[in-house]
Amino acid sequence: MNLKEYTKPEYYTNRELSWVKFNERVLSEARDKNLLLFERLKFLSITASNLDEFFMIRVASLKDMVHAKYTKPDIAGMTPKEQLKELSKVTKELVQAQYNTYNRSLVPALKKIGLHVVEQHENLTEEQQKFVDNFFEDSVYPVLTPMAMDSARPFPLIRNKTLNIGALISKKDKKGKEELEFATVQVPSVLPRIVQLPDDKNGNTVIILLEEIIERNIEKLFLSNQVVCTCPYRIMRNADLTIDEDEAADLLKEIQKQLKKRQWGEVIRLEVEERMDERLLEILEREFKIKDEDIFKINGPLDLTFLMKMYGLEGFDEFRQTSYVPAQVPAMMTEEDIFTQIRKGDILLHHPYMTFYPVVDFVQQAAKDPNVLAIKQTLYRVSGNSPIIRALAQAAENGKQVTVLVELKARFDEENNIVWAKMLEKAGCHVIYGLLGLKTHSKITLVVRREENGIRRYVHLGTGNYNDSTAKLYTDCGLLTCSARIGEDATAVFNMLSGYSEPRTWNKLVVAPIWMRDRFLHLIEMEREYALKGRKARIIAKMNSLCDRDVIAALYAASAAGVKIDLIVRGICCLKVGIPGISENITVRSIVGNFLEHSRIFYFYSDGNEEIFMGSADWMPRNLDKRVEIVFPVEDEKLKEEVKHILEIQLEDNVKAHILQPDGTYEKVDRRGKMRLSSQDFFCEEATRRAKRPQSEIDKRIFIPAEAPEE
Amino acid sequence: MAVTIFAAIDVGSYNVCMDIYQISPKSGINKIDEIRSRLEIGRDAYGKGKISYEFAQELCEVLGDFARIMKEYGVDGYRACATSTLQEAKNVWMVLDQVYQRTGIKVEILSNSEQRFYGYKSIAAKEAAFSNIIQKGTAIIEIGGGNVQISLFDKDALVTTQNFKMGSLRIRERLVPVEKETIYYEHLVEELIHNDILSFKKLHLKERKIDNIIFLGDLLIENLLKGKEDMGESNTVSRERFMKVYEKIVHKSPEQISVDLGITLEHASILIPTLIIFRVFIDEMGADNLWLPGTQLNDGISYDFAQKKRLIRSTHNFENDILVSAKNIAKRYMSNKSHIQAVMQVAETIFDSTKKIHGMDAREKLLLQIAVILHDCGKYISMSDAAKCGYGIIMSTEIIGLSHAERELIANVVKYNTEPFKYYGEADSKSTIDRNTYMLIGKLTAILRVANALDRSHKQKAESIKATVKEKELIITIDTQEDMILEEGLLKEKADFFEEVFSIRPVLRRKKKR
Repeated sequence: MNLKEYTKPEYYTNRELSWVKFNERVLSEARDKNLLLFERLKFLSITASNLDEFFMIRVASLKDMVHAKYTKPDIAGMTPKEQLKELSKVTKELVQAQYNTYNRSLVPALKKIGLHVVEQHENLTEEQQKFVDNFFEDSVYPVLTPMAMDSARPFPLIRNKTLNIGALISKKDKKGKEELEFATVQVPSVLPRIVQLPDDKNGNTVIILLEEIIERNIEKLFLSNQVVCTCPYRIMRNADLTIDEDEAADLLKEIQKQLKKRQWGEVIRLEVEERMDERLLEILEREFKIKDEDIFKINGPLDLTFLMKMYGLEGFDEFRQTSYVPAQVPAMMTEEDIFTQIRKGDILLHHPYMTFYPVVDFVQQAAKDPNVLAIKQTLYRVSGNSPIIRALAQAAENGKQVTVLVELKARFDEENNIVWAKMLEKAGCHVIYGLLGLKTHSKITLVVRREENGIRRYVHLGTGNYNDSTAKLYTDCGLLTCSARIGEDATAVFNMLSGYSEPRTWNKLVVAPIWMRDRFLHLIEMEREYALKGRKARIIAKMNSLCDRDVIAALYAASAAGVKIDLIVRGICCLKVGIPGISENITVRSIVGNFLEHSRIFYFYSDGNEEIFMGSADWMPRNLDKRVEIVFPVEDEKLKEEVKHILEIQLEDNVKAHILQPDGTYEKVDRRGKMRLSSQDFFCEEATRRAKRPQSEIDKRIFIPAEAPEE
Repeated sequence: MAVTIFAAIDVGSYNVCMDIYQISPKSGINKIDEIRSRLEIGRDAYGKGKISYEFAQELCEVLGDFARIMKEYGVDGYRACATSTLQEAKNVWMVLDQVYQRTGIKVEILSNSEQRFYGYKSIAAKEAAFSNIIQKGTAIIEIGGGNVQISLFDKDALVTTQNFKMGSLRIRERLVPVEKETIYYEHLVEELIHNDILSFKKLHLKERKIDNIIFLGDLLIENLLKGKEDMGESNTVSRERFMKVYEKIVHKSPEQISVDLGITLEHASILIPTLIIFRVFIDEMGADNLWLPGTQLNDGISYDFAQKKRLIRSTHNFENDILVSAKNIAKRYMSNKSHIQAVMQVAETIFDSTKKIHGMDAREKLLLQIAVILHDCGKYISMSDAAKCGYGIIMSTEIIGLSHAERELIANVVKYNTEPFKYYGEADSKSTIDRNTYMLIGKLTAILRVANALDRSHKQKAESIKATVKEKELIITIDTQEDMILEEGLLKEKADFFEEVFSIRPVLRRKKKR
């Protein structure tokens, strides 16, 4: 089918601008007065760290394009230059909103509940002054390294993302003329940013930020000279890790090298407090070679990620959400071993509502089971001290054949991953590093077991990483199965990842990069054809981001033909709703809640033979073309119903759902006349309820008297 | 456990692959994993006559991986075979020894005829369809990187098999220098191979009508031919269908094909010659149906393993195939059929009655039978120098199912049937014969000589024959109306040798029938 008419730039939203919209939705959680106060702190902190990452990766990449004189417009018709210009505007608005939230809502609200933030050291009481000065002398002063710049000393290296205090120092030259000299000192990252002072006389908790304490005592660093002015600043450097894979003979070494280089990247953002002295700012501007539009003058403390630490302050428990305890998986509440349980039928896992433990246990039991011959797993981002890694190492020591794919290209986690890779290798695992140029993003575990009737393969497929800590925060789905056809595909996936030829055909799995795009386009096209024939046609798709031009065009075409399409897209969405004749049948909602929505589920009505897939891929070009991804079908009828149920509840969410409007904004659902339904809360309750042992069955049992036979 | 896991490794000229099979009497042979790696060792072997350091390293790595994967399945047995074309690399044994040292995998080199036999077994593994198809005139065409192999079937049995040195990789390499001069690549390939095919037709095809062609080789071609239509269980396509696919592909550039089919450029560049070779054969033979069983060497190796371990039972008699093709060779060299029958009868009788003395098994009996069938073929060329000519013929004629070593053994037995036996010390130092083979040659020669002597007159005097061992004598009792003077007289010399080998002496008893 020709999709050309659906690819006009005006039908698309720029992905970066859509991302900013997403961060605004997170920020709206911080502004939501229905939320507990400390939860709001957490959300504000998340918007800050999100924005940092966005600058380091996306903005940096756009800057690279501009440097390289790359002018090709994106799907929405914007050149890199235009995008940067627009981004500079909207990110500044976003930052403005962040600090409005912090200054006008959060700080006063904190004060009300007895948490006093001393925003300026000038406001300290005498007693408190004494306390912080002592603290400075004892703990801070020894770790400070002030650096000055003059004709003999060049401008020092300022590290990426660190908080620094700049100062101007007045010096007399030989002729007795006054000269201003620049000096800087890093706010030490080894010390906590938040310093708790003794409670005030009303019993309120009092805190102050470390940089305020340093500023107050800055004279002690430049004893013989007068400090004219001081002010904190922070820079962001280009950190996009682009490795030339064709050249790198040894991927591992190359990444290690890149990690060292990262701190030297180009400065792409400078944050300073509003009050910074013009002369000081001028020096920074010059030395960092930064333009006006990349300078953020901020009304409040820099780097709001310290709020996450504030979230952890002792006390104040009533202002934090009690953490949810993941429930047991009903199908696994028997005494049998996990392999027997899987043989009884496919098992669906829905994290974090259900515990992640079965996934860890799957590997742990496989490590011990005498009939298990081999374990193979892909690892993308693993948690610190991961029990899965321990189990894999244990399995290797027990003589199992263990193959682990460690993806080194996982953003920001490279260092971590290299450590794991080496540890696993030492334990005797066979560690592979994936394919050149393709990030291995699929989440799959294969256990090969020799049984009475021969080899049987057990497979776990998931939408999220094998990371037991994020599994408590991310919503993800998983499937445990011993289907022979999926098992055969799973083996083929690992053969492919080891560099061997792909299989002649895939039985069940949909694999990227080569096959997935076409398969999805085909599935969408089939719905379109059903709609054209006047049959019922429907697509529900849940994912993190939607920005693939072809997929969106196919969705437009399907919508135009009458397919009813409901999308649940947490983050970036380049699709526009409500374009007359094009996307009037499409709805887009984004659920931003306590848990990070992370599962990818794809539903196609398929003329009554409903097809449901889950997997690791978003509908983004990078997922479909540049990564090894797996999307797998859910085939068990009971499990299909469960997955459908998940989608249905999410579509009914009217608490945390934001609906995309034709003008590109997101608005919360109008709840009037409807029962309040928060899908995440709903799933929590439901999972807990289902995990209760079914005692009610016994209670309900009654003897039914027989009736007289009918005449 | 009721299930046996077996790994078969094929070190071919353009790829190295391993298949894992699960074999049980209950459910037969099932492939549970296949690992394929593209490694064009053949390019070195044909081009430079040597396997380069890089390829050797890569081969070690791949086979190291295979060794690991075998552990992942806890395999009960494996067999790793390099196909015969690798023998063209002078240093192949050195490379294979490195492989053994580094991976623990022993790779054996199959002779061409062994390789074909396994290819053929792999087809036969699909029993029902196979026995149906070979009722009519059938040819198996196997297009490899180095060679093309044609085997002809007639009425249920294998008639002949021939090897042509014009595999796809070899053709591609050979045409590299002239490729740029012409736009008629197809024509070039055709010209190159046409002559060989003609002589093959003249010699072997004669009046035989070939209805079916069974195709072995590039799996991609099978997929192409299958297309979207399901061919069902039979896996056959018509000639028209083939030509359609052929026309679509053959005129494209390898680059285009690589893009269209999503395959590597390397693969695409040998796909074209493969298709052309195949097309020429189909044209020349005039077959209407193509059968694509979709099997590969490894399937045959595993089938052979399962057969030998008695894990499966096969209905097709493979030994008979070997015998029939030997008989066809004898026929081509106009050996006397009734003489062979007579000698066969005696040789088999002696073999069976002295089992405890000679200690040889069924396979060796088969070798004896073939030696009997071929013992006279040298006379076709020279009556006076029959022994040497026989040796020469056997050494250069492929007999499907026999390894090179087995063929050499038979050639020697035939030679020493009439020539003075050479003892181990004086045996040609260049020959590959080791002490065991030497003993086997001795034993088979001894039996053949005696058997041959008993039909010295070529008159088939014996009506029935019996043999029994009595102390130090092997008493051969012959029922005949005629006198056996010539035979009795000539037996003495042969009996001396027999006694030397087995330390019992054959004695002829004549029983006159009334």
